[in-house]
Amino acid sequence: MDLGNLFGIIFGSIFINNFVFAKFLGICPFMGVSKKVESSIGMGMAVTFVMTLASAVTWVVQNYLLVPFELEYLQTIAFILIIASLVQFVEMAVQKTSPNLYKALGVFLPLITTNCAVLGVAILNIQEKYNFIETVVNGMAAAIGFTMALILLAGIRERLEYADVPRPFQGVAIAFVTAGLLAMAFMGFSGMKI
Amino acid sequence: MIYAILVLGGIGLIMGLFLAFASKKFEVEIDPNVEKIMDILPGANCGACGYPGCGGYAEAVALEGANPTLCAPGGSQVVNDIAAIMGGDGADPDAVKQVARVKCQGDNSKTTKIYDFDTEIKTCATATLYFGGDKSCWHGCLGYGDCVKVCPADAIEINARGIAVINEEKCISCTKCVKECPKNIIEMMPEDQKVTVLCNSKDKGAQARKSCTVACIACGMCVKVCPVEVKDADGNIKKAISITNNLAKIDTDLCINCGLCSMKCPTNAIVNEIKEVKKAEIIEEKCIGCTACARVCPVDCIEGAVKEKHKVDQEKCIGCGLCYEKCKFDAIKMNVTEIRK
Repeated sequence: MDLGNLFGIIFGSIFINNFVFAKFLGICPFMGVSKKVESSIGMGMAVTFVMTLASAVTWVVQNYLLVPFELEYLQTIAFILIIASLVQFVEMAVQKTSPNLYKALGVFLPLITTNCAVLGVAILNIQEKYNFIETVVNGMAAAIGFTMALILLAGIRERLEYADVPRPFQGVAIAFVTAGLLAMAFMGFSGMKI
Repeated sequence: MIYAILVLGGIGLIMGLFLAFASKKFEVEIDPNVEKIMDILPGANCGACGYPGCGGYAEAVALEGANPTLCAPGGSQVVNDIAAIMGGDGADPDAVKQVARVKCQGDNSKTTKIYDFDTEIKTCATATLYFGGDKSCWHGCLGYGDCVKVCPADAIEINARGIAVINEEKCISCTKCVKECPKNIIEMMPEDQKVTVLCNSKDKGAQARKSCTVACIACGMCVKVCPVEVKDADGNIKKAISITNNLAKIDTDLCINCGLCSMKCPTNAIVNEIKEVKKAEIIEEKCIGCTACARVCPVDCIEGAVKEKHKVDQEKCIGCGLCYEKCKFDAIKMNVTEIRK
């Protein structure tokens, strides 16, 4: 196993091809749960868990069920089935272990089901023809990138609360402007080759 | 084909079993009271209680001991039902339902437009930004229906002459429209308050009259004619209707709904919605001729000398009931003579 290759995948998924800033996947929770750093960390952890596990399970399903039976056309529906179940599981676990986090995440927790970033990473893993270890690492790195984006924006939005924002820009509007500037900053990574 | 069914079905089955197992493992106990209260609440999710929806309120009542009387749409019924579950006192049986009323009658036939919008304006809030709206009266209902949009009970509509009208039977007292109206025209009043000043104009009389034909011009006739006089702590005489900021306001605690002010009002800004018109009648056998009733009558419709039987002039009587309350000998009865629609 080439460690340099793995490092390339990690760095690439977190910075160069950041799911939020470069691929624009998972914008819904990115905007919805980025009001407080605390809840965005919780959301990030939930997404990390789901994404890593979903990457692993979908890879197994793809290579040991769908490909041998020539059922690649069922890829999307099978992956969604797996992701939905995993999200349900995470929801139960979070409700049991941390009711406060459960409340803070609110409706966005079940919405991870339809978070395109999760399905996106699962399908990209297959397209890039990663092996199992690369798949898991890529899933995790992508989720860490997502979490980082979430925390970055949450930190800025917490400060924005105290800023004198013109009335038409208050709330989500200024958050989108901020997110756009952040995405432009991340364009500095694009084109880097590892 | 068969493989497709088997594979997908298999994945579904495994995931289902996994979830079933997990739900047993991670079971969270929910206070059964939350669900019970949830069933009682009206489910309008109007937010009048200040909690996010009925679910949030049910949880707050059951787990955090929130005030069980906050549900306005549910009324006393819900308060009693919650009290039955959580213990504690029920609702005050005398509590009167509060309804929202639009304090403006200045529809298109009573007011004019001072300018036309070049583009289509869709909300009162937007219209207000442009010099307070296009209505000749700055304080009046603009009729773009911001209140209609927030009403969870469909109780408000904009009538044909461009003004908001509230159906009091449908009103669930959630106060959403009160908060939404950019002109602060809508006010909560007890349902049994039938005489109301339906005007919000704080302009001086001449200006108010120019901008609307049914405006309160603060002439003070209503205050002068109001039969209710109460002395406050400083010994000043207080009436049930008073004028502040060039606008008459009725104190609903004091008002006896006699309708005199509405009758005297030169601009018809005060509306009398009393359905049952009552007239006083003196039972001659019981009357001892003390003249107490004649002295209290605001329209001087009771005649009779001292120690003689008194008579009520049915034409003049306005049915205010003051004499009925004053008479110590139960010699006066109130008859319902007319029912208005």
